[in-house]
Amino acid sequence: MMEKNREEWLNRPWQAVLAIPRWLQLSLIIGFVAVLPPLIGNYWTHVLAYVGIYVMLGIGLNVVVGFAGLLDLGYVAFYAIGAYSYAFLASPKFGIHVPFWAMIPACAALAALGGALLGIPVLRMRGDYLAIVTLGFGEIIRILINNLDALTNGPKGLLRIDPPTIGSFQFTTPTHFYYLILAGCLFTVFVTSRLNDSRIGRAWIAMREDQDAAALMGIDILKYKLMAFAIGASFAGVGGIIFAAKMGSIFPDDFSVMVSVNVICLIIIGGLGSIPGVILGAVVLIGIPEVLRAVAMYRMLAFGLLLVLMMIFRPMGILPSARRKLELKKED
Amino acid sequence: MTALLEIRSVTKRFGGLHALTKVDLLIQEKMIAGLIGPNGAGKTTLFNAITGVYAPEEGSILFLGKQLIGRKRHEITAIGVARTFQNIRLFPNMSTAENVLVGRHCQMRAGVWGAVSRNRKTREEEAMAERKVMDLLRFVGLEGQEDQLAKNLPYGDQRRLEIARALAVEPQLLLLDEPTAGMNPQETLALTRFVARIRDELGLSILLIEHDMRVVMGISDRVTVLDHGIRIAEGPPEAIQRDPRVIEAYLGRPSERVRKRSRPSQKNL
Amino acid sequence: MSILFTPQVLIEQIINGLTIGAIYALIALGYTLVYGILLMINFAHGEIFMFGSFAGYVVLSWFFQSGFASHHPVLSIVMAFACGMLASSLLGILVERLAYRPLRKAPRLSPLICAIGVSIFLQNIMMLMVEAKILMYPDVFPEETVAVGPISISYFQILIIAGSILMMAGLYVFVKKSKTGKAMRAVSEDKDTAALMGVNVDRIIGTTFAAGSALAAVAGVMVGMYYGQISHMMGFVPGIKAFTAAVLGGIGNMPGAMLGGYILGIAEALGVLVLPAQYKDVIAFSFLVLILIFRPRGIMGEVVAERA
Repeated sequence: MMEKNREEWLNRPWQAVLAIPRWLQLSLIIGFVAVLPPLIGNYWTHVLAYVGIYVMLGIGLNVVVGFAGLLDLGYVAFYAIGAYSYAFLASPKFGIHVPFWAMIPACAALAALGGALLGIPVLRMRGDYLAIVTLGFGEIIRILINNLDALTNGPKGLLRIDPPTIGSFQFTTPTHFYYLILAGCLFTVFVTSRLNDSRIGRAWIAMREDQDAAALMGIDILKYKLMAFAIGASFAGVGGIIFAAKMGSIFPDDFSVMVSVNVICLIIIGGLGSIPGVILGAVVLIGIPEVLRAVAMYRMLAFGLLLVLMMIFRPMGILPSARRKLELKKED
Repeated sequence: MTALLEIRSVTKRFGGLHALTKVDLLIQEKMIAGLIGPNGAGKTTLFNAITGVYAPEEGSILFLGKQLIGRKRHEITAIGVARTFQNIRLFPNMSTAENVLVGRHCQMRAGVWGAVSRNRKTREEEAMAERKVMDLLRFVGLEGQEDQLAKNLPYGDQRRLEIARALAVEPQLLLLDEPTAGMNPQETLALTRFVARIRDELGLSILLIEHDMRVVMGISDRVTVLDHGIRIAEGPPEAIQRDPRVIEAYLGRPSERVRKRSRPSQKNL
Repeated sequence: MSILFTPQVLIEQIINGLTIGAIYALIALGYTLVYGILLMINFAHGEIFMFGSFAGYVVLSWFFQSGFASHHPVLSIVMAFACGMLASSLLGILVERLAYRPLRKAPRLSPLICAIGVSIFLQNIMMLMVEAKILMYPDVFPEETVAVGPISISYFQILIIAGSILMMAGLYVFVKKSKTGKAMRAVSEDKDTAALMGVNVDRIIGTTFAAGSALAAVAGVMVGMYYGQISHMMGFVPGIKAFTAAVLGGIGNMPGAMLGGYILGIAEALGVLVLPAQYKDVIAFSFLVLILIFRPRGIMGEVVAERA
């Protein structure tokens, strides 16, 4: 009896929060995030911007892993395609300077093309083979970037990449990029939630539940897997160009398998299929080690342990979407 | 008159196992065709061959004149063939309405642009799909259950939902795989009447696999009998019931039957 | 890059290929054994290889420092192998018990993700233990080579190739002839029926992991002695390559894994003659992608029916 009262008392503020209408919840959150930079200073703004890029990557990979159920371990390859495409066409390297804003759709398209080309042969495979092949593909891309010196400068990297400009205004400070990345995140969230709640999203869910039955109900499995793969890749491409513009210089080591592993971890641990989950994952798994250097050494160790524990005890992640929780909850 | 479905000389082998051998079957429009035979006769295999799950080694399957063999599963569905399954295969964590909505997939067109922009064409398409879903749920008697998760529905309702989902495809041929399995006599009777309604009100043809002879003989216009992958008889129900080859397939040869007569028979011919 | 393609160079490269191929084959057997019995890819197998190598290092350097090795070189080497095998076997059994057993009934991607987690965990545990340094294996083996006509082979290469063939033959005989081996094959065909026939499935699975891990350790100690250096990351790339070898030969098929290992090793060794050295790893990765696209069952495997 006492236990129940205590639970109710703890629940009441939470119930109040959940009762706020959806649009107001979102406005408050976005408003809060938008006013942070002047309050927290340059260093923290930079950290949050970095976390924000991973949020974009996480939401993008979520389309592939969370919606279509494909374990892509080579996501970094598309990130690299976006970054290097921009660096080729907006730096002293070849003397071309295409504007940032024009390159965004171009990088998205190039990454999507890469995703489609990889996907066509690869998406017929079984889930675990798919994972290893995509991992291998990611590594191939990194080796190529590292060794095609004439094109990519190899380990020396590409420097003095153009920042975005609007008229005479240049994006230079962490705060500028913070808002750029915030806009990118909002766009990513918008597109993926629209997709999830559509004929395409339904097809993805059906495919996850029972692929053969879905095919027999008229869903072209290969086409929809390819779509998820390409769309996910395009978000990585956009993340890549923003990364390149923000850092001003990129090196092959920025595109190691670690990036793919980080994004996979943050989706799986944060919560499959859900946006709050991805944000939680990015803040905890990327943000905290970035700030606490002492912890950073143990970061990957913790990732490994968390992946194992999550798979055994809570495969849907910490904050999964309601549907994923349904699917993955163990029948007691 | 072109047949709706024309199966000619279809043969399907799995290594050394001859699942189907030179099977013929003809279905006209607005017809209920029964498909019976002892367990392992190849009935579900035939369904799988029609719907593109297996590719037969020999023969041809023509639907409205179009060859089905070699086509992908989703193409065959889009052409107008829908089915249910022996062991119900609903999407367990999707709601009743969502399950039926998935059936509408090939009748809708919205792509990435439509999904993201939610333009008027897409919104109208979604609204129409929802209306169709509600109509179908009413037709099968699941009105009011739209938001129930499919896995939580009682068995009889799950069977009906599967049929609703198949009807959402707007097929011209409906393949029902043992729809009355596990049902009591009242449910069986209701479903039998319902299947007849599908033919009469929606104008579909139905190919029906069944073990319950009352159902098959009760509503089929014609019955085909398979045994060990071979068609051993085809004709109107009354003829099939009296056909000695069919009786033999189910009950064994007359000499064996003498011994078996003393044991209760589970098959009612 | 103008290498004269003399028969001598070719044959020496083939021998190099057989040497590295023997290593891949030993590791590949571990993948194939586990896959045959649990239908899962033990992503952490490369790290078990790495652990075996480190265990051998500990033993060997201890013997070296105490002077034992100079009096009893052969015994030291044998002990290094034995301890490596023991350490890796125990690790393999532990990993199976703690991380994979709870997931036996889970959807197929869960054990894979879990294995990735184990792999990351083991890599980083070792990194913290050795403070991310590269360790040098003591110099135990005579560097001498033997001349067979115009070709020179080192004793070491002979040891690796012969030793690995011996171990693999031993494993093969064990699986085909012994009672445990029969039980292993039964479990890989049908776990539940084997259990009903009285087989202790959990123990057999543990044995399988132990056997595969032991072979990986042999490979690990050989690599340590042959190349001289070991690091906490040494399992990642060989792991993927050995997996490629297992798939090339036909995953789940033991002779296939051995065959795949040697083929991959030779392909790499010959490939280095034509491609710049930095692209060596691309050969293996490309093999992987191409096999899985065009012939997923490998050379000797059965058709795995999986619809897209």
